[in-house]
Amino acid sequence: MVYKITAEADRQYIEEFREAPITHHRSPGLQRVLNVMRLYRGGDQYILIARKEFQDYVIGRMPPLRDEPIVIEDDLVLPSREAAEWELFRRRWHQITGETIALNYEEKPA
Amino acid sequence: MLKITGYPDRYSAEPGETIAFKVSLEENDRFEARLVRVIHGDANPQGPGLKFRHIPSNADGSHPGFAQSIDAGSYMSVENFPPLDAAFTFYTMIWPTLLRRDDQTILAQWDDKSGTGVHIGLKAGGYVTVTLGGPEGVTQAVAPKAMVERQWYALAVAIDPARGTVRIDQAPIIPYAMSDDRVAADFALSPAHAASGLMLAGTRLADGTVGRHFDGKLDSPILLSGLHPASLQDRLMRTPRDIELGRSLIAHWNFSRKIDTAETVDTGPYCFHGKLGNLPTRGMKGWNWTGEDHAWTRKPEHYGAIHFHSDDLYDAAWETSVAVTLPDDLPSGPYALHVSCGPSDVDATREDYISFFVTPPRDAAKRGTRPKLCFLAPTCSYIAYANHAEHITARGVEILMNRMVHFGHSDLWMYEHPELGGSLYDTHADGSGVAYSSRLRPVLNFKAQYHSWLGGHGSAVYQYNADTHLFDWLEEKGFDYDVITDEDLHRDGLALIEPYDVIMTGTHPEYHSTAMWDAMKAWIDRGGRLMYLGGNGWYWRVGFSDHWPGAMELRRAEDGIRPWIAEPGEYYHSFTGEYGGLWRRLGRAPNVMAGVGFIAQGFDFSSYYQRALDADNPRARFIFEGVPDQIIGNFGLVGGGAAGIELDCITTDLGSPTNMLRLASSEGHSGFMLLVNEEFGPVPPNLGGDQNDRVRADLAFGETAAGGALFATSSIAWCGSLSHNGYDNNVSRITENVLKRFLDPLPFPTSPDTDGA
Repeated sequence: MVYKITAEADRQYIEEFREAPITHHRSPGLQRVLNVMRLYRGGDQYILIARKEFQDYVIGRMPPLRDEPIVIEDDLVLPSREAAEWELFRRRWHQITGETIALNYEEKPA
Repeated sequence: MLKITGYPDRYSAEPGETIAFKVSLEENDRFEARLVRVIHGDANPQGPGLKFRHIPSNADGSHPGFAQSIDAGSYMSVENFPPLDAAFTFYTMIWPTLLRRDDQTILAQWDDKSGTGVHIGLKAGGYVTVTLGGPEGVTQAVAPKAMVERQWYALAVAIDPARGTVRIDQAPIIPYAMSDDRVAADFALSPAHAASGLMLAGTRLADGTVGRHFDGKLDSPILLSGLHPASLQDRLMRTPRDIELGRSLIAHWNFSRKIDTAETVDTGPYCFHGKLGNLPTRGMKGWNWTGEDHAWTRKPEHYGAIHFHSDDLYDAAWETSVAVTLPDDLPSGPYALHVSCGPSDVDATREDYISFFVTPPRDAAKRGTRPKLCFLAPTCSYIAYANHAEHITARGVEILMNRMVHFGHSDLWMYEHPELGGSLYDTHADGSGVAYSSRLRPVLNFKAQYHSWLGGHGSAVYQYNADTHLFDWLEEKGFDYDVITDEDLHRDGLALIEPYDVIMTGTHPEYHSTAMWDAMKAWIDRGGRLMYLGGNGWYWRVGFSDHWPGAMELRRAEDGIRPWIAEPGEYYHSFTGEYGGLWRRLGRAPNVMAGVGFIAQGFDFSSYYQRALDADNPRARFIFEGVPDQIIGNFGLVGGGAAGIELDCITTDLGSPTNMLRLASSEGHSGFMLLVNEEFGPVPPNLGGDQNDRVRADLAFGETAAGGALFATSSIAWCGSLSHNGYDNNVSRITENVLKRFLDPLPFPTSPDTDGA
């Protein structure tokens, strides 16, 4: 059976992810959470849309069949890939655990 | 979204030649164009940035343009086929593969403008239809029971067009218990008014395009005059032909003939040979395949099927928008036609770089003094990856990338235009693998500025745009070089590369034809010096065909990292008859060519090399001149290090020369850098680079018996580190040291007793 994410067991990884949403090495526990979150189970798939490379990102939702258009959420513009990863992590955390993460992502200097 | 794109009529041309560019505009009716030398196509602000040099030419200025479309989908046509105005019976073996699609064509003799003729098709859900169009209008018969996907059926349709009578017989070849897919039904429709010409798997539409395509295999289509029972089908397919039935025969297409061509052979008395459009897949198992032989060349009678796809594409056939005559004195190198139809913004990209290479003149009188360095442009790999859309067609890419899947404007446009055709990594809409890729279409990832969903974090460049890191470094360092493309090498062989002392590869030269492999090996064995500046090279065998120029074939057979897997029995190329798959499985592992071979793959982050003992071997002294560092390449635009994406290592068991020096090896890879599957039998739990020390790139060097040498970086990410710190870094220094020594005509030593280094 695939690992079941729970708020009690996995809350400890939230700050680790916020600190470095895209990084070389992670704790095995956080990587397991991410792998499970990212399992494709059908339906729309979240994607990252670069409206201007390296500067301007929005989140999109790609439908299961190509006949339907990609939904572009251009009401939320994000300045970096990392900010987009954090936004998606928060959504998935809420979807899985019911908890809301209020913390925002803090951009790091390049 | 992309508002302008295009493609050239070839990927390489000589100075003085004219190259035609086909451009499509979605906005405006004019575009600006200029010829540029491509120096650096990576827009990453952490790197040197975009660099292009304008080359004055007749392309300069404004040109008229318009929207051009692509008519995808394969089919067979017989233009001179006479009207089927008397009673006839059509037989075929059929294997449908996409029953959710509606309105497919099995056979059509249909005039779309007037709505007249005969159409035999498939309705969504798998129901055979017969449509007759005539003076009383259009009427349709629908079989009461559906076919099942990927099951062979014997289909017989008897039609009297004048009376409007139709009979459909549908019988599964394998009768499963509890199944309900057998049809024997009669229908009375309105009479048909005969049309002319004949098509299989597509219908000519009123606008001149071909639509209503079929997804699946057809085998042994036969037309008989008169109304006949379904039971005749077995007799009709026997050899020798039944003389009595032969008197009624109108046509019998035998797809097991001329498999390597664009033609189909009618073995009937009138020779209504067909032409294939948009490259359907041939050399396909037929309804009668038994597995007793897997080669269509040896048992063609078992390979009588053609697999048609509604999204096959050979030639976009766009009109030429601008024809550019290359200046006579234009140096060999990477170039592009820059086209633009306005300023780009967050909603749209309104420019494109249509890439191609200028090769040196073949005419000896025009060659002049040539550089001794050649960049072998990996156009086979560019074509293999052309419009690579696994981020669209395969789900679960996010988990493989270990981050969100990136879409730029080009990717959004690609999503909306499946008619662009897939890459050799993609699957057709019916789930079967894309076995052919053509360059006669816009290729959105063969462009400067393309930011790939597949590249490592940071620049995320892959294939062509990653190779621009090397173009930039050569320019920066002032090395003069010629470019030869893979297709040039395939066509002209050893003679084309013989004049060069040094050949540099791109970052990922993965695909090679047999002719290319033989030429390159011969060049190495005659003293060539190979600088393999990438990873996962010489991995897959591909084939070309004079019948389909510009297209390339791959069969993902047996083993290797395969985004799709060829069906058993379909491992032989239709273009060449050659057995396809990994060069390693063909007895020619990449190690034999480059000294190293594929070991690991991971797309998130790159790492560094740790200097190894062989770095202090006197034979390697020239490589490390001015490089005392223990750590090499702990920086870079592709994933933050020089060792990443795909890695190779020295393996003498697979053919790495025994004298290869392991100068350095990468370490510190993440758990997402994974051992490739041909490297293990039972699946080990420690596949990742964080737990498996076989996951590493070996920086390698070795002399050859002919006085030449091999140098391998064994990493796709290497070239992404060249520009770090103003090109002053240990990756750049090592590359320059090797190149300078390799350009020195002094032979490398061939025995321990000599010292040529």
